[in-house]
Amino acid sequence: MTAILQLLQSAWRNPRGRTGALLLAIVAIAALVGPWLLPDPLAQPDILAGGLPPGPGHPFGTDQLSRDVLARVVNGARISLGVSVLAVALSVTLGAAVGVVSGYWGGAIDAALMRLVDGALAIPRLFILLLVLAVWERVPVLALILIIGATGWFATSRLVRGEVLRIREEGYVQAAEALGARRRRIIFRHLLPNALGPLLVAATLGVGDVILLEAGLSFLGLGIQPPTPSWGSMILDSREVMVSAPWAGIFPGLAIVITVLSANLFGDALRDAVDPRSA
Amino acid sequence: MGGWLLRRALQAVATLVVAIVLLFVLMRAAPGDPLFRLSADRPISQKEIEVLRARYGLDQPVGRQLLAFVGGLARGDLGVSIEYGRPVTSLLVERLPATMLLGGSVLLLNFTVGLWLGVRQAVRRGAREDRWLTTLSLTGYAMPSFWLGLVLAWLVGVEWRLLPAAGMQDPLLSSDAGVLARAGDVLRHLVLPVLTLSVVSIAATMRYQRAAMLEVLHLPYIVTARAKGLSERVVTWRHAWRNALFPVITLFGLWLPILVTGSVFVEAVFAWPGLGSLAAGAVGARDYPLLMGASLLVAALVVAGGFLTDVTYALLDPRVRIG
Repeated sequence: MTAILQLLQSAWRNPRGRTGALLLAIVAIAALVGPWLLPDPLAQPDILAGGLPPGPGHPFGTDQLSRDVLARVVNGARISLGVSVLAVALSVTLGAAVGVVSGYWGGAIDAALMRLVDGALAIPRLFILLLVLAVWERVPVLALILIIGATGWFATSRLVRGEVLRIREEGYVQAAEALGARRRRIIFRHLLPNALGPLLVAATLGVGDVILLEAGLSFLGLGIQPPTPSWGSMILDSREVMVSAPWAGIFPGLAIVITVLSANLFGDALRDAVDPRSA
Repeated sequence: MGGWLLRRALQAVATLVVAIVLLFVLMRAAPGDPLFRLSADRPISQKEIEVLRARYGLDQPVGRQLLAFVGGLARGDLGVSIEYGRPVTSLLVERLPATMLLGGSVLLLNFTVGLWLGVRQAVRRGAREDRWLTTLSLTGYAMPSFWLGLVLAWLVGVEWRLLPAAGMQDPLLSSDAGVLARAGDVLRHLVLPVLTLSVVSIAATMRYQRAAMLEVLHLPYIVTARAKGLSERVVTWRHAWRNALFPVITLFGLWLPILVTGSVFVEAVFAWPGLGSLAAGAVGARDYPLLMGASLLVAALVVAGGFLTDVTYALLDPRVRIG
């Protein structure tokens, strides 16, 4: 645990890492608190206030259905961050489990799992998701989280497997094995804690990837379903009014850029802390 | 080399087989019936559904379906598109060139501008230029390609009227226009999609090249070159970059999935008549055979790209095939 604290501290000392962390914190707070302070985006809107440009009362303007764009962007933050953090938590857990099994047990299990991962990595994640989601009429949010999470562990498992193969040969693991430590103890006391750094980096960068992915799915009409506001579906909706009310599409896009960029800045700073050579 | 090549080729085939089986399982395991969407749009009697199930082989046991699927694959038969009512294979073949033109142009830009910027960053490591380029490229990387595409189409295409914002050809171009006029027309249509895809992807190339260059720059032979009094330019480009180019070859293999994914969105936004917009349309129409065919083609491209990358690398660097 102290190692993780040290990593976070070192990332915080990095100016870009700090910028990323602060921006992420702002987005997270806005997602948590914002919906209480702003008008309910699902409430019956004022029919005469459609497509208003940004101004007093509506800092980000209103969309073609007279809904306040700021309120929708803030509500969308809840969905985007929630979906991506939960999905990444799932895929990192799955990846760590498969990676440990593969790296520690080795042999036929390892070979079978890694061939499976090779094959899965040959199909871009978007296409896997398109195939799975296209048969659904409406995708419940929980199912979306599970499906995105279940398709994101392939690369992580490879990463963890590599770490396990390396750590397994270290003196302290050999010593623990010689002392007769159980497998469970070796995995949870030695292998996983020492692989946490790279996992944390993968998870942070994964959050940015999944936000983009979820936005893309919503843009294709497969992700979060209206009227729940999500950044991707807001951009999709704005497509028809890009000329008359561009703000309806520009602001949700900016929200994505800022959130993904800050997650990646922080992830990069973490990576530099884990592996100083890459700085 | 012969043994290595054979092993690597077998591995590529095995990977593709696993990918094909995975795709098949995905299609079958998805909760829902591919025919369900048909009955959602118009009333279909139970009898008609049974006829359709028999036509698409959905009434067969799963094992036999897989065999039929693989058998069809071997004959280049990917089934019939629901939306177009035409063989999936011919649709894919028709749309491939436009995507190759788009993807090839993006690759070209990445492997010229992207590499050049990456080298500059490595040489000026930690300086203001390096930091700014990193932030800028990461900002591009954080942009949803469909959003950037929409904004560019609106600004450059509609507001400023500088470039066409949709399609691949001007429908009003007279049919007796010369080859040059036609090429110029396609080129003008190509600018915005290529720019969009390049902005969101160039960060990966820059950072890869920067890291590879940094690995090389501290090696003794660089110090020697400097000590001999060679100019920085010669040291950078002739001595360092040549060796920092090897790792970048691997990037080509990583690139294909990114390009294909990005082209789904960018082609959909710019109505570019390639595989990407075909796949995006198939999603909207729930055209399952077409989506499946596109995914298979993409998987095959990715496996082939990885294989070619490794072979190129092995040809250039003997350590790979011996070690």
